[in-house]
Amino acid sequence: MNGVKIVVTTESGQPVAEVTSNAQGTWQVPVEKPGKYKVTLDANTLPQNVAVRGGNNVRTPTVYDGNMSTVLFALQAKGAPGQPAEEEAGQSSFWTQAAQLAFEGLNLGLIIALAALGLSLIYGTTGLTNFAHGELVTLGAILAYAFNAGVGLHLIPAAVIAVILAGGFGYAQDRFFWGQLRKRGTGIIAMMIVSIGVALFLRYLFLIIFGGQTEVYTQYTGQAGIQVGPITAAPKNFVAMAIELLVLVVVSLALLRTRTGKAARAVADNPALAASSGINVDRVIRIIWTMGGAIAALAGIMLGLSQSLKFNMGQDILLLIFAGVTLGGLGTAWGALVGSLIVGLFIQLSTLWVPPELKSVGALAVLIIVLLFRPQGILGRRERIG
Amino acid sequence: MDWNTIISTTVKAAIGVETVLYALAAIGLNVHFGYTGLLNFGQAAFMAVAGYGLAVTVTVLGLPFWAGIVVGLLAAALLALLLGIPTLRLRADYLAIVTIAAAEIIRLIFRSVAFKDVFGGSDGRRGFSDGFYALNPFPAGEYGFGWFTFNHRLLWVLLVGWVLVGLSCLLVYMLMKSPWGRVLKAIREDEDAVRSLGKNVFSYKMQSLVLGGVIGSLGGFVYGLAFASVQPDIFGTETTFFAYTILILGGAARVFGPVVGSMIFWVLLVLVYGVLSGAVEAGYITFMTSTQVGQFRFLLVGLGLILLVVFRPQGIFGDKREIAIDAR
Repeated sequence: MNGVKIVVTTESGQPVAEVTSNAQGTWQVPVEKPGKYKVTLDANTLPQNVAVRGGNNVRTPTVYDGNMSTVLFALQAKGAPGQPAEEEAGQSSFWTQAAQLAFEGLNLGLIIALAALGLSLIYGTTGLTNFAHGELVTLGAILAYAFNAGVGLHLIPAAVIAVILAGGFGYAQDRFFWGQLRKRGTGIIAMMIVSIGVALFLRYLFLIIFGGQTEVYTQYTGQAGIQVGPITAAPKNFVAMAIELLVLVVVSLALLRTRTGKAARAVADNPALAASSGINVDRVIRIIWTMGGAIAALAGIMLGLSQSLKFNMGQDILLLIFAGVTLGGLGTAWGALVGSLIVGLFIQLSTLWVPPELKSVGALAVLIIVLLFRPQGILGRRERIG
Repeated sequence: MDWNTIISTTVKAAIGVETVLYALAAIGLNVHFGYTGLLNFGQAAFMAVAGYGLAVTVTVLGLPFWAGIVVGLLAAALLALLLGIPTLRLRADYLAIVTIAAAEIIRLIFRSVAFKDVFGGSDGRRGFSDGFYALNPFPAGEYGFGWFTFNHRLLWVLLVGWVLVGLSCLLVYMLMKSPWGRVLKAIREDEDAVRSLGKNVFSYKMQSLVLGGVIGSLGGFVYGLAFASVQPDIFGTETTFFAYTILILGGAARVFGPVVGSMIFWVLLVLVYGVLSGAVEAGYITFMTSTQVGQFRFLLVGLGLILLVVFRPQGIFGDKREIAIDAR
């Protein structure tokens, strides 16, 4: 419904914003702080022949940090037989909601899996727990935004360029930095702390260049949802999931079937043995860094597409990536995939019972519990890690 | 450019509140990482539970100031036990991931809307420091000489803070000279060797985790009292990482390493900010705004951490042979 006035205030009545709905009948109000808000639809601005169903034109949603809260005003033709007032719009049965959340969880899980695959393979081949991997995710999202909103390209070519550049950055990072450190014989704990320094450096570099605000891509935002079975989602989410799945399958097949893939798994398994059987370990590691950087960037673009972009988006998802990787077993490629999907599903499905703002808490708690009982992860081999 | 202000704020930063609280956090980390080789990435959580323990006890439960301090210390010790039981048997990198995850869990719970009545959401808690300032022996007024002038409240916080730093250093010095401390250092060097000598490595690591956590929690108290408030996002992962930078800068496994590291860290941070923002205002630098200058210095922290670990892992005072950084 076009041109309807919406007034948003805080719970105590402090005005926040006044917006008018656009041609699709949607509107958005960015709010500063999480908490309860009061949303009032101005019934006088509605077209003459419609009214809000149930006659209640005030909603009081609770907004959680970093999450979007949806407020629905169901409209009906005026004079139609009135629905009972207690039938709230947007209320759905438990199973519909569960299916919807499982879908969103799968989407998140696939994004985490993209990033986790690189992290896990880098860990497996070099022993580095890379705390700067989240920044590779941000890098992809921001590069795509630069080409999309800055240069003016359509998002799809912008994303392709961003993924290629991020892959190049991954290559350069190993060629000129981590590879040199390995040559110096730097210990793995030292490298882990160095990666924290890299993460801080890159994160603040993004903050300086990109700024502290939240952005969205110029295409594919505010798409109207389509209904597939019990699930409502924007078309972009279906396409994004298809791309994520495709990339994961291609990378997995490459790991299984190609010579380089086999070599990568061999190096991850036992670098010394791989080297002695004639595999060029440095070359394999460099390929893994390139691929890891590229698919982490893809994860960032997908994350920016389904949510929004911010300089610390990678930092926020890093611990979930770790959770996925650890759950599946550090250093194994398949473990990272399975673990990430479980983490994504768990996070979204847990919102059936816990408030959305605490959904990551559950995932991180599961990470700790898994380490308590099965520290090698679901698919990891039993070995002494104590 | 106002060199007078720049120099005076820089000189004050050497003994300022941030220096004190990060020195305490880093002394705690020194016990964990420097002496025992435990990679605790959740030091901010210890500060958070202490600060919030104090704040919630005083504001929500209405108990006196001392009860709040006791609750905060107990919370830090309890957190160490809870963290230690699942993780201390694990390898160093697992410990790092678990502690950082636990710290984020605690921060997310503190800032959640669900627990707003207790922890105050993202605004945090304020109005719990009156009991502390009621003990202030200094009458109201300005104290000091030259550049070192503080009001009576700040002077009291700094006095207490530096006494705590001094006592913590003394405690660490005496403990690390004792047989107990030698076992800790032996664990850092070779855990299996210590185990084969019949020592209960798990128990020693746990004691180290509790001790370092409690020392770090003092930093949480200092923050809460000095700023008369606690907010969840103060205790994020970056706080822990800055404490690590300070520890490595000063020199791990040295008693005064964290203290000197904290002084240098904050002096440099304040100096860089003062000079650069002065230059921006005066128009010498045109490619950055003054907000970006504030962000730029943390970029330098990251760069500094990289260069330190790569080129001088022992920091300023450390001994290269005593750094657990090259283990496995």
